[in-house]
Formats: sequence, structure tokens, C-alpha cells
Amino acid sequence: MTKVATVARRSVLGAGAALLALAGTGGFALAAETVKLGVCIPAATHGFTGGIVWWANEAKKELEKAHPNLKITIKTAGGAPEQANQLQDLVTVTKIDSLVIFPFESAALTQPVAQAKKKGVYVTVVDRGLTDTSAQDAYIAGDNTAFGRIPAEYIAKKYNGKANIVALRGIATTIDNERWNAFTEVMKKHPDIKILDAKYANWNRDDAFKVTQDYLTRFKEIDVVWAADDDMAFGVLKAIEQAKRTDIKEVFGGAGSKTMVKTILDGSNPLIQADVSYSPKFIYDAIKMTAEARLKGAALPATHIIPSSLITKDNAKDFYFPDSPY
Amino acid sequence: MPSAPTPATETGATDTPPGVDRAGKPKAPSRRFDPHRYGPLIGLGLLLVVGTLLNPDFATWDNWMNVLTRTAFIGIIAIGMGFVIISGGIDLSVGSMAALIAGVMILLMNALAGSLGSPVLVVVVGMLAAVALGGAFGLAHGFLITRGRIEPFIVTLGTLGIFRAVLTWLSDGGAITLDGDLADVYSPVYYGSLLGIQTPVWIFVLVAVAGAVLLNHTPFGRYVQAIGSNELVARYAAVDVDRVKLLTYALLGACVGIATVLYVPRLGSASPTTGLLWELEAIAAVIVGGTSFKGGEGRVAGTVIGAILLSVISNILNLTSIISVYLNAAVQGCVIIAVAFLQRRRP
Repeated sequence: MTKVATVARRSVLGAGAALLALAGTGGFALAAETVKLGVCIPAATHGFTGGIVWWANEAKKELEKAHPNLKITIKTAGGAPEQANQLQDLVTVTKIDSLVIFPFESAALTQPVAQAKKKGVYVTVVDRGLTDTSAQDAYIAGDNTAFGRIPAEYIAKKYNGKANIVALRGIATTIDNERWNAFTEVMKKHPDIKILDAKYANWNRDDAFKVTQDYLTRFKEIDVVWAADDDMAFGVLKAIEQAKRTDIKEVFGGAGSKTMVKTILDGSNPLIQADVSYSPKFIYDAIKMTAEARLKGAALPATHIIPSSLITKDNAKDFYFPDSPY
Repeated sequence: MPSAPTPATETGATDTPPGVDRAGKPKAPSRRFDPHRYGPLIGLGLLLVVGTLLNPDFATWDNWMNVLTRTAFIGIIAIGMGFVIISGGIDLSVGSMAALIAGVMILLMNALAGSLGSPVLVVVVGMLAAVALGGAFGLAHGFLITRGRIEPFIVTLGTLGIFRAVLTWLSDGGAITLDGDLADVYSPVYYGSLLGIQTPVWIFVLVAVAGAVLLNHTPFGRYVQAIGSNELVARYAAVDVDRVKLLTYALLGACVGIATVLYVPRLGSASPTTGLLWELEAIAAVIVGGTSFKGGEGRVAGTVIGAILLSVISNILNLTSIISVYLNAAVQGCVIIAVAFLQRRRP
């Protein structure tokens, strides 16, 4: 019931924001010293990107209110070619002077971003680095190595270097590889930790449920499941619950979604003890840093890594954002 | 389990009306064993043997229940899809439709939880609404296709985008989650079992039997096959082609609704990744099961076997690690093509 209300409220807000945006273009077009910031992000197709879109819109709302001479245009794309087209439109039609882009794919977007930079646009790249770094002015990202390293160190320490682990992987991408390599790198130092298998479950709840069911059929003794994502952890928990298995001591997700953080905060599920942060909030930070620097005419540091940290019951409240969809 | 599908296949195989699908053939291969007809079954049998050899845990009751239960969603949708394909149509939107129905159903149940007293009643209302919504979506497709005279491929490609976009909008890109109490009341619909067999499997069996009867023993079923075989001739034979086509889409929509009713209690949530690519799995199950993509001929039992076969492949891949995980999709592709080859038609 509350959900319906929120949805309705959001759509009203959305319409309001659109009107404001229209008024904005008319009113401030002639004002000098305006910053026109374009934001290119992936469309909300799963929990994490949903969070990205939400945080980007939060940043727009707050910053445009605080700075009347700032105009932010957000574009969401379903794939790399669409994103490249949107970028072109932003440069030629909206005539942006600054850009925050979360590239769909590193290689495919490098040329289009370089073209925009050549036309004098200040470029901040978020999350996925471009293959040619000279096409960007600043790079802001979450720490994918820590996303894999932190859970590995946590598990190794907690289980005294001896555990049977099954792992889930996301979609075969560089991000997933970085996380997986960091995880296995740590585990190599602990010969008594056995990674029984790792299969792709596409950052998807249903696929994680199926893969876990099959793991449970196949392995009779499992200590820890590294689900590597909170959405996947959700499917893992359901499969364990159904099979009534008691050997599994812990399920480690990843990214710090609000339901998982809440679970840790409340201690409501003994299988969920900790998580690693990789919040979509970094898009908010990136937009804010870029906008404020550009309004002052300043530049950003070339690279800014937003650290991933271990979330436990003690610090969970710092990572809990109840209004975010993720 | 391997013995169960056999009698069903025979029903499906022998009851296909000979006048419709074998027109032009000099001799109907009536009782002779035809290996092509049993291609999917042979493929499934081989997979079962391979699976057991690779991992003894494969041949356990619990594993088979897991596989059959997860097949139920795609299987039920595939049975409905069979009617659409046999009539010469296609529906690409079923995955998105399932996702949207799941989302709307959860929002509705959460909203009703306060006003309707008993949670059981709320869940029943939600389930009925899901099937009705599916039927309504199907009718809308049917109307656009028959009255609007738009190609089914285009209509359902359009709604594929629309349904998923609306769900993503409703969920703000996150997940829509069923409230705790309702989730507890609802969960037996997926997790409960009767005689050791989980509920979704029973529903799957019922839908399959109903589908086989409807296709092979009713005028409607014969009209569906006649239209797919030759629409013009069916029209001359005074078959109300538009009405029959409309009904096949509505039937498929209702099947998607039933599948969603079974799906929602599993995770108690719907998200923009719900039902992703189900349309391809459902269509693949129908075609692998021996239904002609051109329409006119098809078997419900084949579709059931096709759907089981598809989930057995990924089950076996999950239970072993002999092949690099990067190649999983390639193995699936090879098996699908091989089975299609086994059941190919002679020109």
C-alpha cells in the first residue's frame, strides 16, 4: 500500500521535475556563466543500475536547487550504441560543456567520448575506465578489487583459513573478472580453503536460485557461499531455505543493497553477517564533484577511487539509505 | 521419471488429426515406429544417461523435483505458445508480460493486505487477478493482430518493450517485494508438495493434459491446426479465423498468468530481470518438441519434453565442471541443434 503511494508520489515528482527542466531551458538560456552538465548512464535494468538512475536524479534535484546557473541533463541508455548516440545529441543539440559518463563498455565508448572532449567538453568518467585515458579529464570509480578482496579476507579470517566455498559469478565482464581474480588471489594463500566451483548467475535472482539448488545437490558440505552480489544472495538464501540445509554457515553478497544492509543491521538472518559496499551512490558523488568544480572553473583530481568497505553490524547504519530503490 | 512422459507422447502422437497435417502424403505412417517423431524423447533419454554417468547425484528424486519445478514456468508458457505457433503466429512478449504481471500482482496484494481481512483471501484475489491480467494482455495482442492487421511479430515486439518498461518504472529499477506475512501464506504454492511432488509440477501436468485435450479433441484445436496449415482454406471452410486466433493469444496470456502465479511465491519479488529471455526458452521448447515453426502441426507432449530437455541441459552443466563455464551457452546451443536434427522432417 505504501509502495503504491510512493510510486504515485514519484511520478508526480517526475512530472514536476520535467516541467522545471522545461522552464529552466527557457529562463536561463541567456544567463552567462552557466554550466550545462550532461550525464550518460545505463538504463535501470537491474537493482544496481536502478540505484544509479535514482542517485543521478537525486544529484540533479539537489544541485539544480542549490545552483540556479547549473543545468543537468540525464540520459539513460540500454546499450553502448544507444549511449554513443545520446552523447552525440548532448554535445550537438543540448550543447553541454561538462559530461559525467558511466560507459556501457570501455572500448566502444572511448572514441565517442574522445570526440566530445575534442569539442571542449570537460569529461568525468565513472566506474568503467576508457581504453584510452587521454579521452578523459577525471576518473571516479568504485573499487572492484576490494569488492573481491574484502570478502575473501573476511571469510579466510573468520573460518581460520579452512572452509568449503561455492561462488557465483555475475556476467562475464572485466568488472566480474577483476572481482573474481582478487577473490581467488587471497584464497591462494589459504590452501585449506577449497573453492568447490564458480558458475555464472548473471547478477540475477532466479539464476542464482537455480545454480544454488544444483550446488546443494552436488556438494554435501558447504561452509560459505560467496554470492558476490546482493541480488544473487537473495536467490541463494531462498534455495538454502527450501533445501533445509544446515551445513552452510554464511552467505556473502556484495554491493550493500538496502535490504541486505537492513538484514545485517537487524541481525534478522544468521546467514547474513557482513557485506561489502559498492554503492551506486558514487554516481551522485561524481556529478556533485564535477558540477561544483566546473562552477568554480576548477579541475578534478585525475583519479578518485571510492573505497569499498566491509559492512558489519557495527557500521551498517552508515550504509543504510531507506529511500534508495537499491 | 523417465517412464512418465512416454504414455503422454503416444497420446499426442497418435491423436494428431491425419487429414490436417499430413495432407499430400501418400501413406500415413500410422503404427510404424518413426524415429523422427520420437527425436525429443530420444534426446532427453540420452541426456538422462549422460547426466547420470557424469554425476550420480543427478539421478536423485530431489534433483528431478528441482528440475521439473523450475521447468514448470517455461513449460506452462510453452504449452500456450504452442497454440499460437501452431496457428501460424508468434508471441515475443511472454517474458516481459510475466514480469509485469508479477509486479502488478505483488503491488495489488500489498495494497489489499490492509483492507481485506484474511491474507489467504488477498492471495487468492492476487492469483485470480494475475490470470485475468494475462488473459487481458493476450486479448489485446489478439485484437491488434486480427482487427488491427499488424504482424504478430511486430505487435508482440512492441509489447515486449512496453511491459518491461512499465515494470521497471513501477519498481524504480529495483525490486517489488511481497510483504512478509503474505509471502508466508503464499509460499506453499511454490514450495508446498502433494505426494512428494511440488505444486508447480502438478499444475504443469494439469495444464499439459488440458492443452493436449484442447488441441486434439476439440473443434477449437482442429481449427487452430487448420488455420496454421492453410489460413485461406480455413476461411473458405467457414472457420471464424479471427476469433480462433484471438483466443489462442488470450489462452497464451492466461498461461503466462498461471506461470506467474507459481513464480511469485518462489522469490516473493519481481524485478526488471524477472522473466528475461523466457520468450526464447518457451519458443525453443515448442520447436525442439517437434512443432513446426511454420504452423499447422504440433504436439503438446513434445513441447513438455522440449521444456524439460532445456532445463536438464543447464542442470547437468551446473552439476559438473568438466567444461569451462564460458562455454555453457555453446553446449546448450549444440544440444538444441542436435535434438532438432533428430526430429527433423523429411522434405
